[in-house]
Amino acid sequence: MSFYFAIIGTKDNPLFVHEFGTSKQGGDGVARFRDEARHMNPFIVHSSLDILEELQWGSGSMYLKTIDRFQNSHISAFLTGGNIKFLLLSTPDLPPIATGLRPPASSSRTNAAFSSFNPTAPATEEAIKNFFLEVYDAWVKTIMNPFYRVDAEVNSPVFRARVGAAGRKFL
Amino acid sequence: MASPASTPSVPSQALRIAPSGLRYPTNKKTIYDRNLNRTRNAELSRAAFAFLFIEMINYAQRQVKGITDLEKRLNNQGYPLGLKLLDLLLSRSSTPGQPPTTRPTRLLSLLQFITTTLWKALFGRPADALERSAASPAEYMISDNEPLVNTFVSVPREMSQLNCAAYVAGVVEGVCDGAGFRTVSVSAHWTGNEDGGSGAAGGGREKVMWPGKTVFLIRFAKEVLEREEMLGKAL
Repeated sequence: MSFYFAIIGTKDNPLFVHEFGTSKQGGDGVARFRDEARHMNPFIVHSSLDILEELQWGSGSMYLKTIDRFQNSHISAFLTGGNIKFLLLSTPDLPPIATGLRPPASSSRTNAAFSSFNPTAPATEEAIKNFFLEVYDAWVKTIMNPFYRVDAEVNSPVFRARVGAAGRKFL
Repeated sequence: MASPASTPSVPSQALRIAPSGLRYPTNKKTIYDRNLNRTRNAELSRAAFAFLFIEMINYAQRQVKGITDLEKRLNNQGYPLGLKLLDLLLSRSSTPGQPPTTRPTRLLSLLQFITTTLWKALFGRPADALERSAASPAEYMISDNEPLVNTFVSVPREMSQLNCAAYVAGVVEGVCDGAGFRTVSVSAHWTGNEDGGSGAAGGGREKVMWPGKTVFLIRFAKEVLEREEMLGKAL
C-alpha cells in the first residue's frame, strides 16, 4: 500500500502534504506510486473535496470514512472542528510481476491481489481513524502556536515526523 | 550552558541545532511534546489575567477614533483565540481516554458548545442564559451576569457605552466562524442601557442585582440560516 496524505485549508489550499508507504506486513514505509500515477495524486485528492463538502454538514462526526475512489485508489477524510480537511489517498501496490509484461491470461490473478484490499473493512477503517486522530492531536498542537494563522502552510519538521510516526504505527 | 566535558560529541550550545536548521529548546521539548490535557484543572491567577487584560485594553486604546473602534480592536484580539479554542476544546471535551469524534454542525449544538464548554473552560462556569431574539431569527443572545473580564474594569462616565467584554465577543465570533457558521457580528452590550424595549421590563431590578450583566448578541449570516433550514428539513 502507498499513501498520500494532504491537509487542506478552509480556502481549499494545501497546507501539508506527505507521502509514505505501509509499514504493516513487512512493508518498509516507502511509497511506491508509479511515476505516471504520482503526479495524479494531488488531482485525485482535490477532486474529492466536492464530495467532502456535500458530506460536511450531513454528519457531525469528524471521521467520514471512505468518501471517494478513483480507479483503485480510495480516499478517506477527516474534518477538524475548524473545518480543516485531512485527506488520505491509499493505493494498493501493484505486484512487481504485473507491470505489463505478463500475458493477459494471468490478469485475473493480479486482479485478485489487487482487490484483496478492502477499504470498508472494519480493521482498515479503524486503522485509518487512529492515524487521523494521532495527526489531529499534533494538528491541535500546531494551531496552538500563537504565531500560526489559519490556512498557513505547516513546515515544521517535527510535525512531519509526527505524521510519519503515526503512519508507521497504524498503516 | 552545558559543560563541554559531559557531552563530548555534541558541541556545547544553549540551543541544539538540528541538521535542518531547526532550533530545539534546551529541554528538547517542542510544542508537540506537550500534553493538550495538561491544564484541565490548573486555573490561572485572576490577578495576573486582570493585569494582562488591562494592558491589552491600553494597547487597543492607542489612536482609536471612538468606542466602536476600541471595541472592534478588542474583538479582533479575541478572534484568533476563539479559532484555537474551538479545536482545543473539541479535542478535550470528550470523555477521558475517548478520542474526539464530533464537531458541531447545527446551530443549537454550536451555541450549547459556546455556553457550556467554552464558558466553563474560560470562566469556570456556564453562561447564565441563551436566548433567541424575538426580533430576528438570525440573532441569538448569550447573557453573562458578571463577566469575569469586567471584574476589575470600571468604565468612566463619558465612555459608558464601552463594554470590554467585546474581547469575549471576539472569542465567540472566532468559534462561530471557525466552525463554519459565518457571523455578521458578535457584540457585547450592557443591559438596561437602552430605554424601552424588551429588556426594560425587569431591567430595573436586574440592574440592581447584576449591575454588570452583559449580553452577547450573535448575528449569523443568511447562508447559515438557509443551511440550518435545509438540515432541519432533511431530518
